[in-house]
Amino acid sequence: MADYQNIFTQVQVRGHKDYGVPAKGATEPRINAIGFSHLFGRIGDAQIGPLYLGWSGVASLICGFIAIEIIGLNMLAQAGWDPIKFVAQLPWLSLEPPLPEHGLNPFPPLNEGGWWLMAGFFLTAAIILWWVRTYRRAVTLGMGTHVAWAFAAAIWLYLVCGFIRPLLVGSWSEGVPFGIMRHLDWTNNFSLVHGNLFYNPFHMLSIVFLYGATLLFAMHGATILAVGRYGGEREIEQIYDRGSASERAALFWRWTMGFNASMESIHRWAWWFAILCPITGGIGILLSGTVVDSWLLWGEQNGFYDFDNVRGGIIQ
Amino acid sequence: MALLNYERKYRVRGGTLVGGDLFDFWVGPFYVGFFGVLSAFFAVTGTALIFWGASMENTWNPWLISIDPPALEYGLKLAPMAEGGLWQVITVCATGAFVSWIFREIEICRKLGMGFHVPIAFSTAVLAYVTLVIIRPVLMGAWAHGFNYGIMSHLDWVSYVGYSYGNFHYNPAHMIAITFFFTTTLALALHGGLVLSAVNPGKGREVKTPEHENAFFRDFIGYSIGTLGIHRLGLFLALNAGIWSAICIVISGPLYEGSWIDWWEPWRNIPLWRDSGIPNG
Repeated sequence: MADYQNIFTQVQVRGHKDYGVPAKGATEPRINAIGFSHLFGRIGDAQIGPLYLGWSGVASLICGFIAIEIIGLNMLAQAGWDPIKFVAQLPWLSLEPPLPEHGLNPFPPLNEGGWWLMAGFFLTAAIILWWVRTYRRAVTLGMGTHVAWAFAAAIWLYLVCGFIRPLLVGSWSEGVPFGIMRHLDWTNNFSLVHGNLFYNPFHMLSIVFLYGATLLFAMHGATILAVGRYGGEREIEQIYDRGSASERAALFWRWTMGFNASMESIHRWAWWFAILCPITGGIGILLSGTVVDSWLLWGEQNGFYDFDNVRGGIIQ
Repeated sequence: MALLNYERKYRVRGGTLVGGDLFDFWVGPFYVGFFGVLSAFFAVTGTALIFWGASMENTWNPWLISIDPPALEYGLKLAPMAEGGLWQVITVCATGAFVSWIFREIEICRKLGMGFHVPIAFSTAVLAYVTLVIIRPVLMGAWAHGFNYGIMSHLDWVSYVGYSYGNFHYNPAHMIAITFFFTTTLALALHGGLVLSAVNPGKGREVKTPEHENAFFRDFIGYSIGTLGIHRLGLFLALNAGIWSAICIVISGPLYEGSWIDWWEPWRNIPLWRDSGIPNG
C-alpha cells in the first residue's frame, strides 16, 4: 500500500497556454483570458480559460441574471429590505408560485405570483439559450452533440416540474417555489399529497438510475485511476487502439463479476444511466395527480402493496 | 470459451493474500481465490435463508416478501429464527459476502498490477450498508432499528424513519448527500457525453482528440479538468455521496433524536439576528 495511488498530481509540468483547437463556421472569437492555478493542477488541468460566450452565451447570462435579480429582490423585499434579516432568513425566504385562484392566468398580480412567472420565464430562457450554446459549440468544434442531449434530459425534468405539469393540472400554483427550504417542502408535500412518491414506479426507476450513475462513476473513476500507471486516462486513444490499461481494466471486471464493458461502452452505460435519471423522474412527476392520484392506492390495486401487512419501521 | 483473445497472457499465478496457490484459479470468467470461496459461501447461505424466510410467509409476491429484523424487546440479543433471527444471520452473511468481495477485488488488483481504488471505493458502499444494519442499531441498543430486507418493506422503512425525525429533507447531512448524488450524476452525464461526442462525431468525420475535449469544455464553462482529473473528481463525488448518506442516517437517533426541522433553531438564535422573525419550518 505504500505504492503511489494516483490521487494527486505530484509534479506539475507547466507548458504554453493552450488557446484551443480552431472552431469552424459561424463563431464569435473566444475570450482569451488564460490563467493557471496550482491547486487545480493538483487534481486536474491547471489552466483556467479561455471561455467562449457568443450571442447565445451573453443572452443566457443576461436572462439568468434577470431571473436571479427577480428572485433575490423579492426575497429582500420580504425581509423588509434589511440586509441582516435577509441573510438570517435566506434559507426560508421564497418566491412563491401564483395563488390557486389565478389558475393558468399568465398575468396574475405581481405579488400573487406574477414575479414567480416572470422569474420562471427568464430562468427557462437562460437555460434554453445555454442549451443552444452547448449544442452549437459541439457542432462548431466538429464533435457529436451527446452533451447537449444529456443536458436536454435535465431540462425535461425542470420543465415537467415547473411548466408542463402545472399546465396539465390547470394551475401555476402547482409549480415549484424558488427558495431553499420551500422547494424541499414542495418536494415533501408533493410526495405526501400523491400517496408517497416512494411507491411511484417511475420514482423507483429514477432513484435506481441516480444510485446506479453514482455507482458507475465510482467504478469507472476508480478503474481508470487504478490503471493510471498504464495510461488509462487516455480513453479516446484506447478506444481505437486498445492498450494494456484497457485490457487490465476490462479483465478486472470480468474476473470480479463475470462481465466487462469496453473503453467506449462504459461511457455509453454512463450516459444512459445519467440521462435516464431525470427522464424517468420527469415521467413519474407528470403522472402524479394527472393519471394517478395516490401511488400507495395504485400499488395496492396492482398487487405491489398490501395495506394489511405493512412491515417497514418499528411500529410495535 | 470465456477467454478474451488477449486474456491468456494476464492469467498468471500469484497476487493472493490467503491460501497461496490453493484457490488461485478461474471458473469461467470469474476469478475464485480464497475470498471467492468465502463470498460464494456467504452469498449462497444468505440467499437460501431468504428463501426459507419467504416460505414461512403467506406470499411469494416478490414485491411483498420481507425479512424483518427482531422486535424491539430483543434489544441486541439473538432472536429466534422465525422472529428476526433469520434477519440477523442474513445480515452476517451479507456483511461477510461484501467484505470477502472487497478482499477478492484486492487480490485481482494485485494480480493485474492495478491500484486499489476499486476495493477502496467499494468499501465505502459496504460502510454505508454496515452503518444502516449494524453500527446504528448497536448505537441505539436494538437490532429492531435495522431495515427490512424486502422491496416494498424497505421503502416503508425509509419513509417511516424519515418522518420519525420530523422531515428528513431538513437533515443537513442528508442535504449534502443528495447534493453529491445529483452532482455525481451530472458529472457522469458530462463525462460520458464528452467522450462519446469526441469519438462519435458523425458519419464520415474524423475522430476527435483530448485537445477537442479540452477546447469544448473551456469554451463551455471556462475550465476543463482534463482526462485524468475527471476520474479523480468523479470518484471523489461518488464516494462522498455514500459517505454523507451513512453520516445522515447514523446521526439520526444516536446523536440527534428530535425533528430535523427544529435542528435549525440555533441558526435563528444567532445573537446578531435573534429577534428578526425567521419563520418556522
